[in-house]
Amino acid sequence: MTAHMAFRSTAERTLAKQFAEQEGREPSPIRAAAFARFSETGLPTRRVEAWHYTDLRAAVTDAGPILPAPSPSDIEAARSRLARRERLPGAQLVLLGGRYIADLSDRLPAGVAVVEGAFTVAGVDDPLVALNEALSPARCTISVTREAKIAEPITIVHLVNGSGAHSVYSRTGIALEAGAHASFVELFEGAHPEVQRHSATIMTLAKGANARHVAVVGDAAELHIESQICELAETAELNAFGLVSGGALTRRQIFLKMTGDDAKVSLGGLALIDGSRRADTTLQVVHSAPRGTSREFYRAIVDDDAVGVFQGKVVVERAAQKTDGAMKSQAILLSPRAQMNEKPELEIFADDVVCGHGATVGSLDPEQVFYLRSRGISNSEAKAMLLEAFGGESIDRVENELLIGALRARLRAWLKSVAEVRP
Amino acid sequence: MLEIKNLSASIQDKPILDGLSLCVHAGEVAAIMGPNGSGKSTLAYVIAGKPDYEVKSGEIFLDGENLLELEPNERALKGVFLAFQYPTEIPGVGAMTFLKAALNAQRRARGESDLTTPDFMRRVREAAHALKVDQEMLRRPLNVGFSGGEKKRFEVLQMALLAPRVGVLDETDSGLDIDALRIVAAGVNALRDANRAFLVITHYQRLLDHIKPDVVHVMSKGRIVATGGPELALELERNGYRDYAEEVV
Repeated sequence: MTAHMAFRSTAERTLAKQFAEQEGREPSPIRAAAFARFSETGLPTRRVEAWHYTDLRAAVTDAGPILPAPSPSDIEAARSRLARRERLPGAQLVLLGGRYIADLSDRLPAGVAVVEGAFTVAGVDDPLVALNEALSPARCTISVTREAKIAEPITIVHLVNGSGAHSVYSRTGIALEAGAHASFVELFEGAHPEVQRHSATIMTLAKGANARHVAVVGDAAELHIESQICELAETAELNAFGLVSGGALTRRQIFLKMTGDDAKVSLGGLALIDGSRRADTTLQVVHSAPRGTSREFYRAIVDDDAVGVFQGKVVVERAAQKTDGAMKSQAILLSPRAQMNEKPELEIFADDVVCGHGATVGSLDPEQVFYLRSRGISNSEAKAMLLEAFGGESIDRVENELLIGALRARLRAWLKSVAEVRP
Repeated sequence: MLEIKNLSASIQDKPILDGLSLCVHAGEVAAIMGPNGSGKSTLAYVIAGKPDYEVKSGEIFLDGENLLELEPNERALKGVFLAFQYPTEIPGVGAMTFLKAALNAQRRARGESDLTTPDFMRRVREAAHALKVDQEMLRRPLNVGFSGGEKKRFEVLQMALLAPRVGVLDETDSGLDIDALRIVAAGVNALRDANRAFLVITHYQRLLDHIKPDVVHVMSKGRIVATGGPELALELERNGYRDYAEEVV
């Protein structure tokens, strides 16, 4: 293929080799088409607008070998790891090295099923989404049947087997049929600092479906690329939140489209970034149908030499009259070297809409710190209280006491670990 | 008990306090009156240790210990309490969470264990009842959405719970209607005892009708220019600060 001519970096040449080997083993026209789309740009650089603040071609020196399927001993190791950890109520599904492992997963409640098999998404133009589709060795879809109301959250645990440098690809579908209600928690755990993770979650909400989704990135991957692709039919509602507290380079990108009338979306996130870590959240929210509501509320706490990125683009297409959109991103910098790049954007083609956005970057308010200290509260405790309050306000939008509690506990743990490093 | 010696302080290189000396004895309520810009609030902030102010010279002793060598939170733990003129709003921090953190910081400094939740709740309820602070207010984030009067009552509630050695009240009467003023004054009066002192900073005589001072100091251009009994406040109410402002050259 001539497209490979565009590949300049070592990592891109490795990816092309990995894809060719896979095609040799099990050829697939769908994957070949996806890899051709990736090949058009290769790993994005600053010149690709959506990747302006995260130059992957520069950041990724080489692509790690694709992680082989877990061995029986890998599965046993994962089982004992799972037994040691705290878990949320509700059923738990386990993906080990990107593969659904039924043997490690719970029985699902009535109305929920896991189907292994291929699916594809159209309409998302992003090289890493294409790369994920081209190289994911396995894929599965969790589906919730019509009108099923699933009370407890379904947890999807992403674990990594093996050691050494590896690339892990996963591709998970979440499909809610009409009128179904369910909550999902995706936990990314156990990646060590040589892991490059490429995860995609594709959510489809049929008419009147209601989904809550929480993603937690708490491990230490060298690279965490997570794409969420969401489509909402009429009157569907989605509340999605992402907590990032680990990973050297983390990119969460959300491509969301409201194709049906009266859909409602609340997106939120909290990025906790310290050391020399980088965390990028990039959103593209498209209103394609009338009377949609979208809220985006993102916060970041950036310490040391860390770099945060928030890019949010809300597109209101011509047909999407009476759209109500509001986007907000706020960051607190804790060190003079910490950086936050904010780029909120609106693209409005309809004439009868209410849309706004705001972005702020600041430091802790010294008046608030002094007020707390004047009551005997130590400087470090005062700062921790204010940061927990700042982060907590974004978490509270998850609107589920159980999940809020779990997320706040992670926020407190991160604040404690940062305070211990540098009192 | 509280002894301020030759204190000079500035903010952003602008001198505000100019060799101020002042003594407040245990059991005493000392009023500090003075025209706008005389440095009253600066004095309050410097005692509490606000970082914006630079102390050029002087000392502030509380029970023989120089407060200027201590961090703001350490001063609070030694018994300094500043009732703010404009209490800071802190979204996301619950009023109760804050009270508990403050009380436990004080207890830990004394080597005591943290309060149990029922014990904490009982103390807050009692203090809140006396100051007509309702439970709904305590469920809100700290000072957020509090009216001016509610903020001042909440300041005095904190003071009652923390039981300081010296309470510095910075224009606690500002923004209060007469009913709120009575409640706040009664709260302060209930805390008066032989081991505690108050520094009541005010621009108007009105507050001193409700919190009767033992001593009145007049401040002008960053220092104390006159000291007298309660009658001095009445004289200021009649004649204004003109006489005292002119004395300092």
